[in-house]
Amino acid sequence: MTTQAKKLPGTDVVVVGLGWAGSIVAKELADAGLRVIGFERGAWRDTASDFNIASAADELRYVQRQELMLRTRQNTCTLRNNVTQTALPMRTWGSFHPGNGTGGAGNHWAGITFRFQPDEFHLKSHLEDRYGKQALEGLSVQDWGTTWEEMEPFYDAFERVAGISGKAGNIGGTLIEGGNPFEGPRRRDYPNPPTQQTFAPTLFAEAARNLGYKPFPVPSALASQGYTNSYGVTMGPCTFCGFCTNYGCANYSKASAIVNVLPALIRMPNFTAKTHCEVLEVRKDSSGKRATGIVYVDANGQTWEQPAEIVVVAAFTFENVRLMLLSGIGEPYDPVSNTGTTGRNYAYQTANNVQLFFDEGKNFNPFIGGGAIGMGIDEFNNDNFDHSGLGFVGGGSTRVTPIGAAPIASRPVPPGTPRWGSQWKKTTAQYYSASMSIGCEASNYSSRTNYLSLDPTYKDPHGRPLLRITFDFTENDLRMAQYVTGKTAEIARALNPSLVVESPRKAPWNNTSYQSSHVVGGFVMGADPATSSVNKHLQVWDVPNLFVVGASAFPQNPGYNPTGTVGALAFKAAHAIRTLYLKRPGEMISV
Amino acid sequence: MKALILSSVALLGSVSLGAHAIGGQDSYELVSKGRYIATLGDCTACHTVPGQPLFSGGVSIDTPFGKLVGANITPDTTTGIGRWSFEDFQNTMARGHARNGKRLYPAMPYTAYTKVSREDNYALWAYLRTIEPVHHKVETNQLPFPLSVRLNMSVWNLLNFSEGEYQPKADKSAQWNRGAYLVQGLGHCGTCHTPKSLLGGDNDSAFLRGGALGGVTAPDITGTDHVGLGAWSEDDIVEYLKTGANRYDIASGPMAEAVEHSTQFWHDQDLRAVAVYLKDLGEQHERPEPLAAEQPVMSVGRAIYEDRCSGCHTPNGEGIAKLFPKLANAPLVNADDPTSLIGVVLAGSRAVSTEAAPTGPAMPAFAWNLKDDQVAAVLTYIRNTWGNAASEVTASEVGKRRDALMKQ
Repeated sequence: MTTQAKKLPGTDVVVVGLGWAGSIVAKELADAGLRVIGFERGAWRDTASDFNIASAADELRYVQRQELMLRTRQNTCTLRNNVTQTALPMRTWGSFHPGNGTGGAGNHWAGITFRFQPDEFHLKSHLEDRYGKQALEGLSVQDWGTTWEEMEPFYDAFERVAGISGKAGNIGGTLIEGGNPFEGPRRRDYPNPPTQQTFAPTLFAEAARNLGYKPFPVPSALASQGYTNSYGVTMGPCTFCGFCTNYGCANYSKASAIVNVLPALIRMPNFTAKTHCEVLEVRKDSSGKRATGIVYVDANGQTWEQPAEIVVVAAFTFENVRLMLLSGIGEPYDPVSNTGTTGRNYAYQTANNVQLFFDEGKNFNPFIGGGAIGMGIDEFNNDNFDHSGLGFVGGGSTRVTPIGAAPIASRPVPPGTPRWGSQWKKTTAQYYSASMSIGCEASNYSSRTNYLSLDPTYKDPHGRPLLRITFDFTENDLRMAQYVTGKTAEIARALNPSLVVESPRKAPWNNTSYQSSHVVGGFVMGADPATSSVNKHLQVWDVPNLFVVGASAFPQNPGYNPTGTVGALAFKAAHAIRTLYLKRPGEMISV
Repeated sequence: MKALILSSVALLGSVSLGAHAIGGQDSYELVSKGRYIATLGDCTACHTVPGQPLFSGGVSIDTPFGKLVGANITPDTTTGIGRWSFEDFQNTMARGHARNGKRLYPAMPYTAYTKVSREDNYALWAYLRTIEPVHHKVETNQLPFPLSVRLNMSVWNLLNFSEGEYQPKADKSAQWNRGAYLVQGLGHCGTCHTPKSLLGGDNDSAFLRGGALGGVTAPDITGTDHVGLGAWSEDDIVEYLKTGANRYDIASGPMAEAVEHSTQFWHDQDLRAVAVYLKDLGEQHERPEPLAAEQPVMSVGRAIYEDRCSGCHTPNGEGIAKLFPKLANAPLVNADDPTSLIGVVLAGSRAVSTEAAPTGPAMPAFAWNLKDDQVAAVLTYIRNTWGNAASEVTASEVGKRRDALMKQ
């Protein structure tokens, strides 16, 4: 297939994928004067034409028919829970929602934009110090090879470009009342103040405060006011329209690459975007130590080779890992021998939920909302509480963020309600406005048996193997899920609902209903090439001109949404290329 | 662009301008100046089809009288202006007479360009000589008979055209005079913003007081309150022309093109001069009384506004700077002629994307889900709320505009 590729003139940089990570890297490198070509397998998306406010609020189109998601016919994954099973392909997206087109999954995201905590970046060392080595038995949790201090400037950069709305809890070590007391010390507050809150988050925060917790506004990529970022592009204030998660934002309120980066980037004469162009592999020279460019297929089915001095792979987690496996970058991970790094430490998110039903006196107007508008507490997240004797590590971010109860999907009813007919109609009418939920987005710690590899059977339309996910929730995570869901339910009961339904995440993992699109790892960062694929600059070990950027670099997943860290890593990689790599091109960055 | 300048300079060595052979550093400065003048005059708007070679012509210009097409003004000797002398060019700019005395139609705004100094025309000419010649035949005159008879223009000129370079006013500052020179001449602002007579000539007594052409209303851009730029500061005007957006408004439609191709590249001191001049124009007159809020049409309009418009333009009509135009006290909203407003609601519009403000937001079309009387009601409400006051918009006005848009 690749032998037929026609060779194009070379360029300085190719970037694979024009979602958050790829767009940021491309912009930062184009700003440095490099000639950048960005490749995107999907369409060019633009708020004015694709997410016009007159047509963007369409649940059938965007939620039921998943218009913004990758078509499984184009590319999908196979899945199994363990190595004894034969994986089968996902023919419709269920558990997660990979995006497609410029902006990627960052178009249909919710907008929750946490920073990870300082201890996360040396999690293995921290947990072993506190609880002993046996606490991590069966887990392959590890350190990131970087530190909070090294990450902080890049979190700040991402928050400025994305116009994040929130309230600081810790500025330079000083705790700020009303913010998250568990966050790492930040250099300054968020660029925008928090949005107003709707009824359900307000009630939750009151109840949590009464129980002694410290509720804070969830940091949000939904702008609370008009905001113009350093690239010159402007966001409008969120209108709480409720068509947020799974939709593109029509009001320029939800930060995304298409709102915050690409309008400025596409004007630059040294940047070119190639859409409907799917990258097939990263080419290496005969030494295997230098990437020579990429091979891609265009919309007409013609295959091309695009040579470049620097290759940045910044697609979604799955495609980052699959491209590395297909291109022979790094040794594929083998769970039996516990060798190899490509595909290693795949992790997910442990999503738990508590639903509250009120028989009288509550009207939540649940159609008002946005993906990241809400209040949260972090008392039961990560290692913010003492795990001694609990039999697990990790935890979750507990919060109420009503995303907007759209009419088709949002029909909360108590268990036991008939699934159709007059009783169902009566019950949905009764509880549509009288129900709320508290989520607990919890950590998922990597283990030896959860990993990514190429499927031996199923192939994509180009004849390349699909990516195979081997994953199930570990005993550690299931115990954690029970515990944090119980704590969440205590807060729920303090609100005096007539019914509380607890749904801690249970095994086995399956694809039947949506859980989270926070798929991470598989090409992780670290200080040791034996257990990681990229160094702390996202530079591939032994292939110095290849950088792989995204949530694929997370060694495990804490109880937070990943996008803030994906954005920070993109700025970190671009900064390393600009300030370090270009001084000594072709060499591993050693500082 | 850089490459263009270099090749231009190289080319100049071999180009003779009659008695005015130029070369070396002088030519570089002259050509640079000419290039800026071409930007000031927005020559590309009518003479370059996007994606085609610079100034090779072919842009279709719909006038109330029929179709005209922008000429090829590259130095090609058969299809461009390669055989022209500077005097031919000067005649074109100053008198509307092309080479061999052929009379131009005023879609080529010689009625404005006549104000341009001979010196500036010379620089522009020098620059145009450096453009890559493109062989591209353009039939500029596609008017129906008898308008296609160019000789008619001599009569038209007699009635509508006063020839002559801009003459500075001694009682005004140099800055004011520079602004007047740019606005009246190269900027040819009056082409859209000055009302036209039945013959298509400028109504000079209402200079820049707002015009209508091709279904678009160009607002009053004098310093007049209410319908003009009275509320805008000089800074607001400069920001608008430089970036396409300010705290009040964001350019769309034909003005978006003017900003995109021309004004965003004007020097700051020139934009400042324009602002000083415009703010000094116009006369204040009594504001009309707004329609009473209790009128049924206002209640209907308010309900539609809250449901369909307030999400972006905000409940109090203040809008969001650089993104969603402010409707309160907006000149275009208060203009006597609501044609533009009707068109924007029915067909939507896309704002300009500039270097300084790249977002380029859009207004959606509502033709498919608002009826004529609903569009009329919401516009009437907008035109008579938050300090606005203007005539009621009728359903038949909306219907006419809708019919015209459907034909396009």
